[in-house]
Amino acid sequence: MEFPKPGKRRISRRDFLKAGLLGGGATAVAATLAQTSAGATHLHASPIGAQPTPPPDAADDTGHHAAGDDHGGFGTVGQVDPAVNGFDPHVILQDWDFGQVSTLPGGQTLREYRIVAVDKEFEIAPGVVFPGWVYNGRVPGPTLRCVEGDRIRIEFFNGGSHPHTIHFHGIHAASMDGVPGVGPGMIQPGGSTVYEFDAFPFGCHLYHCHATPLKRHIHKGLYGAFIIDPDPARHPAEAAQARSRHHLSPENKDVNEMVMVMNAFDTDFDGENEVYAANTVAFAYMNKPIVIRRDQRQRLYLVNLTEFDLINSFHLHANFFDYYDHGTTLTPTLRTVDTIMQCQAQRGILEFDFKGFEPGHYMFHAHQSEFAELGWMGFFEVQA
Amino acid sequence: MTPRPSSGSFKEGRGVTAPSVPEGTPRPSSESSVGGRGESAPQIASSRRPLSAWVAWILPLAALMAMLAFLAFGNPLAVFRSDLPPAEALSFERIDVTPDGFRATVVNGGPGPVTIAQLIVDDAYWNFTIDPSPVVPRLGRATITIPYPWVYGEPHFVRLLTTAGLAFEGEVAVAVETPTPGGNEFLAYGLLGVFVGIIPVGLGMLWFPAMKRLGRKALNAVLALTIGMLVFLLIDTALEAFEVAGGLPDVVQGQALVLFSALMTWLALLVVGALRRPGGEGSRLPRALFIAGMIAFGIGLHNLGEGMAIGAAFSLGEAALGSFLVVGFTLHNITEGIGIVSPLTPGREGMPAGYRPRLWTFIALTLIAGAPAILGAWIGGFSYSPILAAVFLGIGLGAIWQVIVEVGRLLRDDAARHEESAMTWANLGGFAAGVAVMYLTALLVKF
Repeated sequence: MEFPKPGKRRISRRDFLKAGLLGGGATAVAATLAQTSAGATHLHASPIGAQPTPPPDAADDTGHHAAGDDHGGFGTVGQVDPAVNGFDPHVILQDWDFGQVSTLPGGQTLREYRIVAVDKEFEIAPGVVFPGWVYNGRVPGPTLRCVEGDRIRIEFFNGGSHPHTIHFHGIHAASMDGVPGVGPGMIQPGGSTVYEFDAFPFGCHLYHCHATPLKRHIHKGLYGAFIIDPDPARHPAEAAQARSRHHLSPENKDVNEMVMVMNAFDTDFDGENEVYAANTVAFAYMNKPIVIRRDQRQRLYLVNLTEFDLINSFHLHANFFDYYDHGTTLTPTLRTVDTIMQCQAQRGILEFDFKGFEPGHYMFHAHQSEFAELGWMGFFEVQA
Repeated sequence: MTPRPSSGSFKEGRGVTAPSVPEGTPRPSSESSVGGRGESAPQIASSRRPLSAWVAWILPLAALMAMLAFLAFGNPLAVFRSDLPPAEALSFERIDVTPDGFRATVVNGGPGPVTIAQLIVDDAYWNFTIDPSPVVPRLGRATITIPYPWVYGEPHFVRLLTTAGLAFEGEVAVAVETPTPGGNEFLAYGLLGVFVGIIPVGLGMLWFPAMKRLGRKALNAVLALTIGMLVFLLIDTALEAFEVAGGLPDVVQGQALVLFSALMTWLALLVVGALRRPGGEGSRLPRALFIAGMIAFGIGLHNLGEGMAIGAAFSLGEAALGSFLVVGFTLHNITEGIGIVSPLTPGREGMPAGYRPRLWTFIALTLIAGAPAILGAWIGGFSYSPILAAVFLGIGLGAIWQVIVEVGRLLRDDAARHEESAMTWANLGGFAAGVAVMYLTALLVKF
C-alpha cells in the first residue's frame, strides 16, 4: 500500500541553501523576511500583488484577455508593469539605437554607442522576479542598428558585479572579439573598454556577453540584436530590396519593421526554463497584441538567444512568409513558409503582409507547444 | 500471574528516593521543613524566598529578552545578511480533482512568507485563484483553485512559481474525480473499511475452535506465527510512517512526529499494563483476554492507518485496481484474526481454568481490530492529511511494539513454566510462517 504523495520534491536551490542555513540561523530568517517583503512592495504595482486573486470570472477581467478572446483558462495571471521593469516589450519591438552619428575624415560614417552592464531584477511574468544581468537596463539589450561599412565604436562599461564582455557576431579583428583572454578580455566590474570595427556583413546579427561561464552570462540576459542594413550602392543588382532594408531610405518607411529576440528564463536555476518569451515578458504580445496595418509590408528581425534548449522556432498563423537566414542575402533563402527554426544565436528576417485578409487576431508562437504555453505566444492584431 | 520484577523494583525505588531530597531545598510550604533543623531555618527560608523565587524565575527570561533585543537591534550577525537568496519551501498537501479542474492545498514549511506568483499545469501557464491570499505565511496554507480540462485516467503536474522564481511541483497521479462526502460515498468508503478490516479479522477468528484442539507446542507455534505477523506489521508500519513523514514539510519534523507518537503510545500502554497488573486476578479480565485486547488494539491502529491509505488512494485515483486490491487486503488481514485469538486457547498462561470466551468477546475483539479501518477509510477518502497519517502510523507503531512484547512474554512464560527454551524450531517455524504469509499476501496489495 502506498500513501499518496502529491508533493514531488525537486533538487533545487533551497536544498543547497538548507546547508548554509544551518549556520545562518535567525539572521537568515530575518534576511529572507526582508527580501520577501521587498518583493511584495515591488509586486504592488502588478495586479497579482499582495491582493487575493479574484475568482475565475473576475480574473478574466484582469486584462490579459485584452485580445477579447477566451484563451480557455491558460496563460499567466495578472500584468507586468513596464514602468516597474524599466522596459516594455512593445517599445523594444521598434526601438532602434542608431548611435551617435558623425563622419570620419575619410568620409566613413562613425556610430558611437555606449553600453553599460548592470545587475537588475525584473519581472518576466506577473509577480515572477528574475535576478538578471542586463545591458543598458533592459533585456534584450539595445537593438544596435547601422549600415554596412559604417565604423562602429562601442564604449563598454561594466557596472555589474561580475566580469563581462560584449562579443559581436560580425566581421572584426581578433582583439575586438570580446572573448576571455583575447584583446581586452574579460572586463572586470568597474572596468571599461572600447570595441571598434567596420560593420560587415549586412544582415540581422546579435551581440552577447562571452564571459565564462558562458551559459550563465547569456541566460542572465546579456544579449541584444545587432542589425546592419545593406548599403544599396554596394548591391546595384538588388538595389530595390537593399533600399527597403536601409533605414535612411524613403522605401524603408513603407515597411513596418520589428525586432524580436526569443529568450527564456530558468527562474530556479535547475537548467530548465520556467518562462519562454519574445523580448523577455511571457505572453507580452498575447496580453496586448501587436497592432499592424493589413496593407503594409511587415519585416521581422528574429534572433534566438534561448539558453538550455537546443532550438527555438517561429510559426505564423493563417499566413506565410519569406525568410532570409541571417539576413545576409537580399533574396529569400526560404520562400512561402509558415514555420522556421533557429538554433541558439541563429537569426533571420521574416517578410510578410496581410493584404486582403480579414481583420482580426493572427497568432504567432514557437511551434514547440511547451515553449508556446510557457509564454512564447502572441497575436498580431491586423487592422484594415 | 507472575509478578514482574521491574514493577517491584520500581515501587522500592520510589520508597527509597522520596525522603532523600537534599536538605535545604526549598519546600512547597514552611511546615514541611520543620524537623531536625531548629526554629531558625524556616524563618530564613520564608524571608528570603519570595524575592529569590521571583528573581530565579524571571532572570533567565530577562536574559533571553536582552539577547533577542541585541540580535534584533544590534545586528551583530550582519555579515550573514548580504544578498542571501530566499529559502522557500512549499509543499502540496493534497490535490483534489473536481469536475472543473483541480483544487490544491499547499503548506508553507519555509522560514518566511512565500508569494505565489504564477501556476503551471503540465508545462503551460494557467489561470488560478488562491484563497485566502497569494502570500502564504510561515506554516500557513492556501487553497488554489485551477480551472483545467484534465484528462480521465492520466497524470497531471501542477507547478507553483513563487516571486523568487522557485518552482514547487505537485502530482495528480491518475486524474479521477475526487469523491465529495455524501450518503452514498460514506456508505461506499465504510464498506471498503468493512472488507479491509472487520471481515478478514472475523474470518481469521473462525479458526479458534480448530486452534483449541491443538497441543501446547503447536499452540506455541501459532503464538510465534502471531509474533511473526506483528513483526511484519511493525516493519511495514514503520516504513510507511517514515515514507509519509518524509513527504511532510521539514518544519513539521515528520520523522520525530512518528517516533514520538510511537514512544508515547508505548509508554501509555505500559502505564495501562502496570495499572492492571497488581492484584487484578480475580475480579478483572483474565490476563490472556487483556493481551488479546491489546493485540486487537494494536492491529486496530494499524488498520486505521491502512484504511486511511486505502481511502486516500481510492479518492485520489491511485488505486486503479479497485476490487482486486480489496480482495488482497482481505487475504492479507486474515492472519490478524488468528493472532488476536491465539492467547485465548484453553490452558494458556493467564487463561483461568474453565474460562471460555463468549461470542461477544470475539465480536468486541473484531470491532476493536477491524472497525478502525472504516474510520480510516473515511478520513483518508474525504479529508486525507499526511500529518494526521504520520501521527496515526506512529501510534500504531508504538502499539504493535508493545503487543509484540506482550505476546513474546506469553511464549517465554510458558517455556519457563515447562523449564524449556522458547527458542524452539517449532516456534521459529511459526514465526517464519507469520512473516511469510504477510509478505506473500502483501504482494497482492503493493503497487
